[in-house]
Amino acid sequence: MAEFDILLALADDALILGHRLGEWTGHAPLLEEELALGNIALDLIGTARRLYQHAAEAEGKGRDEDQLAYLRDAPQYKNLLLVEQPNGDFAMTVARHFFYAAYAVPFWQGETAATDPTFADIAKEAATQSAYHLRHFGEWLVRLGDGTEESHRRAQTAIDALWMFTGEMFEGLPDSVRPTWDDTVDQILVRATLTRPQSAYMQSGGRSGRHSEHLGYILAEMQFLQRAYPGATW
Amino acid sequence: MPEPLTPLWEVFIRARQGLSHRHVGSVHAADAEMALQAARDTYTRRDEGISLWVVPSAAITASDPADEATLFEPAKPYRHPSFYKLPDEVGDM
Repeated sequence: MAEFDILLALADDALILGHRLGEWTGHAPLLEEELALGNIALDLIGTARRLYQHAAEAEGKGRDEDQLAYLRDAPQYKNLLLVEQPNGDFAMTVARHFFYAAYAVPFWQGETAATDPTFADIAKEAATQSAYHLRHFGEWLVRLGDGTEESHRRAQTAIDALWMFTGEMFEGLPDSVRPTWDDTVDQILVRATLTRPQSAYMQSGGRSGRHSEHLGYILAEMQFLQRAYPGATW
Repeated sequence: MPEPLTPLWEVFIRARQGLSHRHVGSVHAADAEMALQAARDTYTRRDEGISLWVVPSAAITASDPADEATLFEPAKPYRHPSFYKLPDEVGDM
């Protein structure tokens, strides 16, 4: 993949996941969680912006972050299938983000040694932020799993439903990231008294622009204003 | 009264090295780790700090405002070190 494609894919991951968290605004189970989800969404969108800007520079065609985010349709988006999955109940959101953050932390830590100084700087910030996200959602998963009968059932259902989306993020990555992810996941699942799914079947296609139908709805909501009123600012 | 599932915690933040922790508000959380995270998310959004304390509100004993008269007496000037005159040679002490 060319550098532009890699930056775009990572930016798309952050933007779509940030957008999904934003959908919780006004609906979070606790007031404190309302703030936490908002903060984490802002972290992700901030990373997305920096990556889009850097991608636009790498592309050199004069596009900017807004054009990249708002004027591409679903087949041009290269995000992971995992991040476009619906929020579902709180357990589903927690499981989705836990799986993502457990990959993001070792991934971004590895990229702090990148030769591109701007990218290395973005990686440094993303690594620190992702460490907090992993702590937040990891601890939540433990409490949901080792909680009431209902929270345990919902947490296990979420783990099982999202498992097939946890293979795609390692495609094309150095071998060092996956073992760290496995360790993190195992440790948290044990503390959460949850069962690690055994299936080895993994969904793929997001990185090639082959998305689930969910992405279409996300982009319709996200891009409506810019497409209805092109170039709008306030 | 049975203990609530998400009790209240008081939050104290030390903004900079050398300052004291200051009370900034409270959060509801199920346990200490989640209270720490809630405090971080609620109270360090803009002005970052370097240390957070969370204390279960039930652990704090507060004075009754009605007792103000008996607990806090009017100023007693003889308890202040204001009757000693510093010699000029001391300088800016």
